[in-house]
Amino acid sequence: MRLVEAIRSAFSAIMANALRSLLTMLGIVIGVAAVIAMVAIGSGARNLVDSQIRSLGANLAIVTPGNVTQGGARLGAGAASSLTDEDARAIRREIDGVVAAAPFVQGGAQVVAGGNNWGTRIYGIDLDWFSAREWDVATGRTFDPEEVRRGDIVILLGQTVARNLFGEDDPIDQIVRVRNVPFRVIGVMAPKGQSAFGQDQDDVVFVPLDTGRRRVIGRNYAKDGSVGSIFVKFANESDIVPGIESMTELLRQRHRIIGEQEDDFSIRNLTEIANTATASANTLSMLLAAVAAVSLLVGGIGIMNIMLVSVTERTREIGLRLAVGARPRDILSQFLIEATTLSTIGGALGIALGAGAAYLVAQLAGWPSLVSTNAILMAVGFSALVGIFFGFYPAQRAAKLDPIEALRRE
Amino acid sequence: MALIETRDLSRVYDLDAGRVVALDSVSLDIDQGDFVAVMGPSGSGKSTFMNLIGCLDRPTGGQYRLAGTAVESLDADGLARLRNREIGFVFQQFNLLPRVDALGNVELPMVYAGFDRRTRRERALQALGRVGLADRAHHRPMQLSGGQQQRVAIARALVNSPSLLLADEPTGALDSRTANEIMALFQELNREGATIVLVTHDAEVGRHAQRLVRFRDGRVIEDRRQTPVDARDLAPEAAE
Repeated sequence: MRLVEAIRSAFSAIMANALRSLLTMLGIVIGVAAVIAMVAIGSGARNLVDSQIRSLGANLAIVTPGNVTQGGARLGAGAASSLTDEDARAIRREIDGVVAAAPFVQGGAQVVAGGNNWGTRIYGIDLDWFSAREWDVATGRTFDPEEVRRGDIVILLGQTVARNLFGEDDPIDQIVRVRNVPFRVIGVMAPKGQSAFGQDQDDVVFVPLDTGRRRVIGRNYAKDGSVGSIFVKFANESDIVPGIESMTELLRQRHRIIGEQEDDFSIRNLTEIANTATASANTLSMLLAAVAAVSLLVGGIGIMNIMLVSVTERTREIGLRLAVGARPRDILSQFLIEATTLSTIGGALGIALGAGAAYLVAQLAGWPSLVSTNAILMAVGFSALVGIFFGFYPAQRAAKLDPIEALRRE
Repeated sequence: MALIETRDLSRVYDLDAGRVVALDSVSLDIDQGDFVAVMGPSGSGKSTFMNLIGCLDRPTGGQYRLAGTAVESLDADGLARLRNREIGFVFQQFNLLPRVDALGNVELPMVYAGFDRRTRRERALQALGRVGLADRAHHRPMQLSGGQQQRVAIARALVNSPSLLLADEPTGALDSRTANEIMALFQELNREGATIVLVTHDAEVGRHAQRLVRFRDGRVIEDRRQTPVDARDLAPEAAE
């Protein structure tokens, strides 16, 4: 019997007991759905982590100001800026494996160009920023060392800002005003897209660090060369943990913190945050894999069970088929195909359900998910295998029936 | 030439209760074009004989040639092939597939013979026409009367042009009038050249055959030619 016809007749046998077939498939449906969701969420999480690393820059730690105690009152983290340019320079100089230490200040600002204006984030940065964040200009140029040293009144626009202020026009060498200070645009940054948390990273402008401190952001920065935070980039991932230890030591010394006193800064390993996300995604994946394995097993047993029932119910049909000339292997393949069709339909339903679940997780948890072709092929293959494996015993029982006995059965 | 030749054909069952000799050295020839009624009470060996000549079972002793093929030496696949090509079965309970229409049921033997769809369809329609059911091709067994179902089964038996039609109590589940119609159909097929072996315990049915073979205790106790009763005389309306 040809395969297409065998599958068609398997379909009609399955449809003859639609509800029973559906219930039988349920194990496979859930198993495959779990596989699909697992792979989708797993690869989504990996992509998320990748894009976090990519948009922040790899092998990065960030030093932020900690809480400060003033006259017995403990102020919250970041309440006062305890970090300075000098700290950044010291880190760059003294910590092994550091390739860039980028101090920066940030604030909000209204940027005006001609008749247009746009509210955005403004960062005061030095040259290390570009290598730490792995971020360059798309057009124009970045700051030169002299501009940074002198605190020139020049500005780099993010893509979003450039578009909103200038539309299709070239903003290079145009003048924009921030707090009434006329800045000359020297470049437009390359697009970064959304951050992992949905922020538009291109909605930003950059000015030299000193310019930002003195003219735009806050007065308290201006006094002592203090900065908001410092991005520290390491050459290798393995440098980060020892690097953070020695940075802590260095900054405690520089800030004259001794003994039991609390740090007035904190250092976070951004790669580690990414790794934590990967780890929790992996845990979720393992859980789903376990659910999938158990479900496929249970589903397979369900299929074996229903196929045994079916063989018993259709003993006379088997006898008749044998009488009109079916060979035992024709009967074997008929029931194998039936079991496999059953499990594959279950697999298809499972793919739909799994993709739906992955989509829902993506929507509700904001966790990007990705249903890959590979996962779908794998799921179809797996469910077909389950059908063949668990369908074999019932099919073999059918094929071994004695035609005389089978025809006589009521 | 004899279509069926059996020499000392025996079938012995080894059961827990002991040896049962169901068929005891039966030697019988059946010629092409004959219409034989095999009769006997239950346990006489007639069903065993039918299973053996129908290639559903293998003898424990003796030889059996069907259309020149030595059946006792065949394996399961060889038997299946022979059943498919040389034998058309008609059963008491019709044994139609309930989910498939008449046409599909008739096509079944050709599926295993490996014919393509179009040939199958064509020949199945022909066979259904032969038994007077061309207009019922797309009815399912449930939508047909008992007599019609048995006609579908006969069409299925005919469709691969077998050399032997083997009917096991084909009228057992039918009322007497319908039974007569079916017997008339068998007689007509026989007149056209079909070799028919009909197993029955019903003497009335046996009267329609040209030759009567009676079994008892696994042996042939009577084998004679007779003038068949024409089923058309009993049910004239069935002859159309």
